[in-house]
Amino acid sequence: MENKPLTDTIEPTENQDAVVAALAEKWRDKKGSLIMALHDVQSHYGYIPRDVARKLAPQLNVPLARIYEVSTFYNYFRLTPPGKHVINVCMGTACYLKGAPELIEEIESLLGIKEGQTTSDGLFQLEVVRCLGCCGLAPVKTIDGEVHAKMTRKQVAEIIAKYK
Amino acid sequence: MITARINGFTVKVPEGTTILDAARKAQIKIPTLCQHPDLPSKSSCGICIVKAKGINKMLRACCTPIEKDMDIITHDEELTEIRRTVLELILSKHPNECLTCARNHFCELQQLTAEFGIREESFPKIEPYVPYDDSTKAISVDRRKCILCGRCVDVCQKTQSVWALSFLERGINARVAPAGDITLNESPCVRCGQCSAHCPTGAIVEHDDTAKVWKALQDPEIHCVIQIAPAVRVAVGDLLGYPPGTNLTHKLYAAFRRLGFDAVFDTNFGADVTIMEEGSEFVERFTKHPNQLPLLTSCCPAWVDFVEKYHHDMVQHLSSCKSPHQIVGALAKTYYAKKMRHAPEKIFVVSIMPCTAKKYEISRCEEMSASGYQDVDVSLTTRELARMIHQSGINFAELVDEEADSILGEYTGAATIFGVTGGVMEAALRTAYYVLTGGKRANIELDNVRGFNGIKEGALLINGITVKVAVVHGLGNVAYVLDRVRKAKENNEELPYHFIEVMACPGGCIAGGGQPYGVTNEIRTARANGLYQDDRSCAIRYSHENPLVRQLYSEYIESPLSERAHHLFHTKYTALDEYKK
Repeated sequence: MENKPLTDTIEPTENQDAVVAALAEKWRDKKGSLIMALHDVQSHYGYIPRDVARKLAPQLNVPLARIYEVSTFYNYFRLTPPGKHVINVCMGTACYLKGAPELIEEIESLLGIKEGQTTSDGLFQLEVVRCLGCCGLAPVKTIDGEVHAKMTRKQVAEIIAKYK
Repeated sequence: MITARINGFTVKVPEGTTILDAARKAQIKIPTLCQHPDLPSKSSCGICIVKAKGINKMLRACCTPIEKDMDIITHDEELTEIRRTVLELILSKHPNECLTCARNHFCELQQLTAEFGIREESFPKIEPYVPYDDSTKAISVDRRKCILCGRCVDVCQKTQSVWALSFLERGINARVAPAGDITLNESPCVRCGQCSAHCPTGAIVEHDDTAKVWKALQDPEIHCVIQIAPAVRVAVGDLLGYPPGTNLTHKLYAAFRRLGFDAVFDTNFGADVTIMEEGSEFVERFTKHPNQLPLLTSCCPAWVDFVEKYHHDMVQHLSSCKSPHQIVGALAKTYYAKKMRHAPEKIFVVSIMPCTAKKYEISRCEEMSASGYQDVDVSLTTRELARMIHQSGINFAELVDEEADSILGEYTGAATIFGVTGGVMEAALRTAYYVLTGGKRANIELDNVRGFNGIKEGALLINGITVKVAVVHGLGNVAYVLDRVRKAKENNEELPYHFIEVMACPGGCIAGGGQPYGVTNEIRTARANGLYQDDRSCAIRYSHENPLVRQLYSEYIESPLSERAHHLFHTKYTALDEYKK
């Protein structure tokens, strides 16, 4: 998934109520449309903000609990804002055997976040992905699409420091 | 009817019967941890697998209808081994805290593990950290003990349409939590406790308040009084070795004195007062303010909470009358205190309720302190009461019947049926009929508001005018009734109902969220019959004829809806947000 900065997709002055009303108008009364509506929310905001979900629920006549069931079931949906830099660590078989779990452990302790989360300053987002298709370079991670091969714990810390 | 074979025995069952139910009819128990007779099968635990001759795969008995000539094997070495493995996998994610667990002795997982004779753990333990949620102070959630059977989610979403609980994420991360992992208190939870009544393990239990009661009982300065709800007397026996539905009112009175209570009252007295007030409120609205109809009953705090959160346009229709135990609480610290010369601040009122929501009700708003002190200090569930009786070493079976203490103890047949769906309506109509006509109906019992249909409708001809009523239990059934009212109001049509009784729990308080575990429709029926029998055996069956209620009004309250009545017996409601966060 391409990581678009928030500022590209949303006008700062845009009224949240108007966005929700437009979405509700578009998807209300269409059976099984919740996932489509959530797609729209995420493509607009980059994630599914709780206040948007809370406003949308009654307008779509869907319980908020259902919105959270759906949006946490599918990996695609995010409940927190995306980070400026997205770190993808490969957990394919080769990377796993070559030490990807230790890489993740290192990144988690360096940034103080868990897989799927974003740092509180919004700078980094950590994701774990399946095979990136370059098993010969294991273990592999990417930052904003740039591949870093044969990573060690030490190298990880150095590379991340460059983005700070 | 379908004929099939189970373990070589021929069974004949109606078409559509599941293999699990068919086996039950053949006196064979197929183990399950997720299926509950109140709920649709989820087939999530996988323990109920069986074999059918000629079918290659194993079938889940809970969700597979038995077919003609099927030849089912429910128990053999291979099935036992698979079930054992499933159990061991569940145990690998379950803390070994049986001794200190609230469900010790009553846990379906513990029971099954014992039956399978599991003596060691075959898989490494995974115990993820999950926060303990005791935020409601009514229901306590310990997700470490959750086996993801989904009963609580089903009962919360489908039976009650509250949607406080949901399944978040999936796989190893799957968990039961309110939307966005907020606490239960920040969610729309109405604290009905049906989740705790349906949970197979100790993951959801009542918030235990017994320590507060023991402490008060030990204090010689404190005058401890106790009251017992109608539905408790026919349910607590399940935990004391009696058949379902046994009415233990008078043995309970005796037990309370042995626990150390200084005075024994009965919530049924408060129910008779409720009828005086709510019945008068109905007559008032019916004769003078028809635009304020329908009147909605307000005895059930989970239902009241539900209206405040989900049906803002109906808040004004709720009866302002408090629930019976709140009335007894307010009277204990005013009328009784004055009459018996007790300082109200030294009186400690304990309510024994079939309910977890009552724990919330006792401090829900300032009107619950009408006496100047919190009117009810602690509300315990039936399950907590049973523990106290066991703990105190009372030989319950040998107790001799005793009577309640005077002035807040006597009750009528109308009051005791408050514990079952339709009972409040029936009791109110008995008195309303008298108030409007000055006479009594030939048949005191109102059959069309009895029974376990989710929505019951009835009409009663009073003075040539038809009073239309609805009785609802299970909050999921509420929407239909309220939508009919809304539609009629919108179109300026005649109201479909003038008076609506709602109890949150299916069956009413007899199957409340704080009642002994393992409720089925058979048990509901036995408990309802216990209360109806109690009604029939009462010499007085009209609330307004209760001599002590009459005395209360002539000495202290003056008349229903008087200024003092309003102060002590009535409350207010406000529209609330579904979510606090």
